[in-house]
Amino acid sequence: MGDLLTDAHWGVLLILLPLFGGLCSFLWPSAVKFIGLATVSAVALSVVGLGDQLLATGVYHHAVGGWGAPLGIDLYADGLSLFMLMVTALVGLGVSIYALDYFDQDEARRFWPLWLLLLGGLNALFLSADIFNLYVTLEIVGLAGVGLASLSGGGAALDGAMRYLMATLLGSLCYLLGVALLYHSAGTVDIPLLAERLESTPPVWAALGLICAGLALKTALFPLHFWLPKAHASASAPVSALLSALVVKASFYIFLRLWLEIFSVRTEGVDDLLGALGMAAIIWGSLQALQQTRLKLMIAYSTVSQVGYLFLVFPLAAIGTFSAWSAVAYLVLSHALAKSAMFLVAGNLMHFGGHDRIADLDRAVQRLPITVGAFALAGVSIMGLPPSGGFIGKWLLLNEALNQGRWDLVFVMMIGGVLAAAYIFKVLGFAFTQAPVTHEPKGVPAVMEWSALLLAVAAIVVGFLASPLMLILGIGETVELMGAGQ
Amino acid sequence: MNSPMIYALLGITLFSVGLYGLIVREHLLRKILALNIMGSGIFLMLVALGKRSAGELPDPVPHAMVITGIVVAVSATALALTLMLKLVEASGSAVLHDAPKDRS
Repeated sequence: MGDLLTDAHWGVLLILLPLFGGLCSFLWPSAVKFIGLATVSAVALSVVGLGDQLLATGVYHHAVGGWGAPLGIDLYADGLSLFMLMVTALVGLGVSIYALDYFDQDEARRFWPLWLLLLGGLNALFLSADIFNLYVTLEIVGLAGVGLASLSGGGAALDGAMRYLMATLLGSLCYLLGVALLYHSAGTVDIPLLAERLESTPPVWAALGLICAGLALKTALFPLHFWLPKAHASASAPVSALLSALVVKASFYIFLRLWLEIFSVRTEGVDDLLGALGMAAIIWGSLQALQQTRLKLMIAYSTVSQVGYLFLVFPLAAIGTFSAWSAVAYLVLSHALAKSAMFLVAGNLMHFGGHDRIADLDRAVQRLPITVGAFALAGVSIMGLPPSGGFIGKWLLLNEALNQGRWDLVFVMMIGGVLAAAYIFKVLGFAFTQAPVTHEPKGVPAVMEWSALLLAVAAIVVGFLASPLMLILGIGETVELMGAGQ
Repeated sequence: MNSPMIYALLGITLFSVGLYGLIVREHLLRKILALNIMGSGIFLMLVALGKRSAGELPDPVPHAMVITGIVVAVSATALALTLMLKLVEASGSAVLHDAPKDRS
């Protein structure tokens, strides 16, 4: 039994399980909720299995079909991949439990196959070791995401999904053109081989620009975020949570991976540009969030600003250390948990009152204490107040900026925190005050309230787990080596 | 200039034409076609650059990539067309309307 656990190919299972589960849930619609939850739980257990294996033996490497690079497809997992798989499994589990009660049988029949396909795509993306396979998984994630965004079927949702589809396809095509140029320059798509062979030539620079632009579009980095608020705000609540918490992070992960392994030494000036766009995103996204009158649009603009924080790492990491990269991993984790909790809360409030107008929340605190409590806790993490996960991430980043004397970054991070506090307290304020009743309130199932609260509590609790998480992130030393090598 | 280079430049041209169409045209069907033209440009470039020097057999890996890319393009186009038809059913037009406050 012990051998079976350590020798099992968890990485392969992580991709096959959700794809198989997705097919099954499509074929047997009557058992869709059971199949869905069972698959997501099995995936979470496989992540634990993979983590156990990685802690014991270092990086995981598997040549699919025994072919191996450069011809075959390699699966590869180090600390960073494992970290992202954990984030996906955690958020996925929370949202799946919520979705059990959120969707009726007919909607569930359409939600689960797409969500499991998305999960399979995400897992495959985090396990890919070559840039062409990353393109294919990026497309699986994008198309499944568009399908999910269009699920609720109204005009607004279809409009949002269409914008999202256009943006995501354009992003992938730019990325693919970059891949074609890199393949032409280096004759391989395998990331470690590329890192060895690439030289600083004009085609490589063009490829870098195309890949960065394509991924920035998919990650919704300011000013390429135009598609995000509509797509994320008009989808149904569990879908918004998945898109904001996970799908945006998937393209950011590719950014991070390529930056760490391929582009790190060839990027004079690009890092400062990304940092400047990140700063603009923080300010612009927060200001837009503050102006919104609808809760879901506010949360979506908050995602735009929080994505900005992730990009601040690039100028800092140019002369930075492990702590800059661990800060960004922390921000990814805590934002994923907090933002999914917030969207689930928005789903509860919409279910309860039939609308998401912030000004008409009408004493939601007294009527849905658990839901509003979840919003407040998630808000604490988004604002970056101690002892939340968001605080640790922002504190590490701030510390790094102070050490390097980057006062512009420090200033913007401070302003971003204050603005985040402003838009979150605005919602909480209206949740305490009375408003004219426009809609007969409907009860919210306990499962939906508690799953949102659990995700929000997790966003706080990760603040106490710094050392085990750093241990996981350090597996394979990709992050540390690159930090030291610069 | 050797012929693979000409095809590669043609591929880049197609990509740019498609990009222009995607940004400028309003009708969704034109946007979807523009995306397909961009994709074809990339495929053409991949195949052209697969032949590195005269006389030598072309590199098969880009060809495999193009086949994968075509599969992705077909499914993406199918999804986009279905979505467009649903949108026309729901809103009565195949153009994405921008409300001024959403422009940002």
